[in-house]
Amino acid sequence: MANPKEAVKEKSMVIQKEMLAKQFSELSKAKETGKKVCYTFVPGNLIELIMAFDMLPVYPEINALQSGMRKKSGGYIKDAEKVGHSEDVCTYVKCDIGMFLNGNIGPTGEKLPEPDLLLLSYTGCFTFLKWFENLNRLYPNAEVAMLHTPYQEDGKITQEQIDYMVKQLKEEVIPKFEKVTGKKFDPAKLTGLLQNSVEAENYWVKILEMAKNKPSPIDAYFAGVYYMGPINTSFRGSPECVEYYKELYKEVKERADKKLLPVTPEGEMEKERFRLVVEGPPNWTNFREFWKIFYDLGAVIVASTYTKVGGVYDQGYRQDPSKPLESIATYCMGCYTNLNLPQRVDLIEKYVKEYKADGFLINSIKSCNSFSAGQLMIMREIEQRTGVPVGFIESDLVDPRYFSYANIKNRLESYFQMLEQRKIILEQEQVQA
Amino acid sequence: MSKYYLGVDLGSTTSKAVIINEADEIIGRGITNTRANYSVAADIARDEATYNARFSVLKKNLEDEIKAKPEYRKYIADLESVFQYEQFKVKLDRLGEELVKTCDNFFTEKTLRETMLNHLRAIRRAFKPKIKHDYLYNDLGSRNQFFRDIVSEKYNEEVNKLDATLFEPLMTVWDKSISPAENERIKFDFKELVHKAMDELKEKYKNLPESSLDNKSVHFDAEMNLLRGNFDHVSDTLRKHIDDIAELDFEIENMTGTGYGRALLPFPQECIRSEILCHAFGAHAVFPETRTVLDIGGQDTKAIQVDKYGLVTSFQMNDRCAAGCGRYLGYIADELSISLNELGPLAMEAQKEVNICSTCTVFAGAELRELTNLGEKRADILGGLHKAIIMRAMSLIARSGGVFNEFTFTGGVARNPAVIKYLGQLVRENYGDNIKINIHTDSIFMGALGGAMFARRNIKADLPGAKTGKAVA
Repeated sequence: MANPKEAVKEKSMVIQKEMLAKQFSELSKAKETGKKVCYTFVPGNLIELIMAFDMLPVYPEINALQSGMRKKSGGYIKDAEKVGHSEDVCTYVKCDIGMFLNGNIGPTGEKLPEPDLLLLSYTGCFTFLKWFENLNRLYPNAEVAMLHTPYQEDGKITQEQIDYMVKQLKEEVIPKFEKVTGKKFDPAKLTGLLQNSVEAENYWVKILEMAKNKPSPIDAYFAGVYYMGPINTSFRGSPECVEYYKELYKEVKERADKKLLPVTPEGEMEKERFRLVVEGPPNWTNFREFWKIFYDLGAVIVASTYTKVGGVYDQGYRQDPSKPLESIATYCMGCYTNLNLPQRVDLIEKYVKEYKADGFLINSIKSCNSFSAGQLMIMREIEQRTGVPVGFIESDLVDPRYFSYANIKNRLESYFQMLEQRKIILEQEQVQA
Repeated sequence: MSKYYLGVDLGSTTSKAVIINEADEIIGRGITNTRANYSVAADIARDEATYNARFSVLKKNLEDEIKAKPEYRKYIADLESVFQYEQFKVKLDRLGEELVKTCDNFFTEKTLRETMLNHLRAIRRAFKPKIKHDYLYNDLGSRNQFFRDIVSEKYNEEVNKLDATLFEPLMTVWDKSISPAENERIKFDFKELVHKAMDELKEKYKNLPESSLDNKSVHFDAEMNLLRGNFDHVSDTLRKHIDDIAELDFEIENMTGTGYGRALLPFPQECIRSEILCHAFGAHAVFPETRTVLDIGGQDTKAIQVDKYGLVTSFQMNDRCAAGCGRYLGYIADELSISLNELGPLAMEAQKEVNICSTCTVFAGAELRELTNLGEKRADILGGLHKAIIMRAMSLIARSGGVFNEFTFTGGVARNPAVIKYLGQLVRENYGDNIKINIHTDSIFMGALGGAMFARRNIKADLPGAKTGKAVA
């Protein structure tokens, strides 16, 4: 490309693409190379521990969302329903099961290896338990390690909870890793990986906070889900991850300095008309169309809760290499969906205020209880505390039958028009005052 | 010259157009069925609103005289009815052609075709004078604005008198002919048509009964009595005024499109507004203290909260299910083989409300039949059904933040008396007795009114004109 700005932009994307390709290629060759495979989930994942045992991670919900983006989820979901899963079951689960029934061919077209270990590290989403029960039946030879993560019922993480989790890590999880890999746990190795994590986390927070600029140089939801990939899934403790975020930060900083707006699939946005905070996962089956409704109307997402499912780093939490097990226990309990509702409300309120948002929007996911429960309460609270107009739309993660384009567009248009009117009134009231 | 503003609300089942003047007063209303062709429906509604607006201007111009001479008011009202009939007649002829054409294409066998054509001619001969009479003497134009509904009622009536074997083929011919006839915009020359209407009126008045005291005609009133023997003079006096409004250049200064099909309107992007904002703005204009608006239309229900300016602060909509909306009621009416207009009044006769579980369009039909089989009375079932609809709307309202004083109910379903009854009951039960509930006779036009008001404010440039909260009516 002739334009140097776009060439720079592409660098971080190329890096991420290469990272993912390498990972899937390694996965496809796992049986030949003798690498062991660990299936686990994104929220509260123990990636540094997985890496410490040289295992390869597989995230079923990432495969599901990738299948959704590649228009394969509809078929997979139907196949899962044929074997008896109800219409109301989480569509990530059904998509994953459908993928298994169709030969377990992963998003890149390469076959995914069977798991040697099923590692459940987070239970704020109770569907995960049932999901793994199902996977355990599909992969009867896999070992199962279950780490029980206490929910932040009282809105804080206590020393007792940390001790409880460390005990489980020592007595249940690490021995399972050792059994599966035949390797002894090496605390020094884990510490080294956590040092990389801290470095990546520092960059990640700086990138997210760039959205405080006006105009924002990034979209912290639609583009945010790409940006969050490496740190929230397979790469957090790796040196590549640090490199990726270093590069991304450089690009975003440059955009901010030049007062440039976010890049969309159709090029750079021209005008920032609305700054929004968004709660809830995006819809993956119609991701591009969904995003387009926003950028066509000049709506930039300056902060989102979804990008915090892998960790709420921007509120100060960092891995602590000096106390590795305690550190990963705290991390695990601190992921967004493990927060209680008042904590979520406080966090969103903070985002609305600190990022100077014009509005707050919820995408309520039909089949996701851990996100959707309490959203109407969250909405009312945010409206009262911040005074910004709130919007509510409904879709699904990967079930194409639950994305109604006309419906969503109608509501979003109404919502954006509502924001526009409010802006006019506020400006005029200011002039009068 | 006065400035006028147009709002077009292209709903899923009906299209509405409203014209307002610079004081936000509605001066023209037009409404038509929205079938397959949205843009034609919008044009038809707009034409209707323009004709209606001319009559409004006429009445406004003659305000003082009308006060002094009530026969003028009667004459103008009659003229508008007959004017509507003249339009109707042209459409009816168009439908006649379509029926013949369908018959020609559909029945390949000659004898059968001839038989069918003869029946069609007879049907038309039978219902045409009835419709004319209803327009001229029974104010049909203001009772029902939908061409399809008026004709289909009469057509069905005639078909039902014939041999049962003819029902199926004649209804097929009807189904194939009505849409093309209905979806055609016929451009009328207002002046020509209004003169025709004046001639028609002359005939009507000539044939007026001899005395008002014989009480033979219930529609014979004092104003009519004044016209008897005097109509030539009245029509001569008014002719110039009528010609004036016929020639009036009805320049639309700005317009706004809204509703389900708004994206199909040939309006520039900045002249398209969401119906949520338009309904709220319209409702707030009529009732400036409104803080909560419930709009039940053909396909959707919206619970909207508005601020002191009439601007939306939050809203909730039904999702992927039209239960409780106009279409649902239409479906229930079809199940019971009654017209939509009869549904509410029948539900008002309920002695109790039978519990209805399925506010689902598909299941409600089955439940209705089941309950009938169990011996429940139709009125009681309908009472329960109407209550269930409102309970559904109440849940949506709760999601949007609840009911605040004042509460305004808009949309086509607000014409149903049973819906109004249960709405009042449930609002009081849930939010207390201090909520003022507003329902305007123009409830169905609120979206179009809001659109026209946005058009007048030029949307972006001058919003807080709404601050005056000036009432329109």
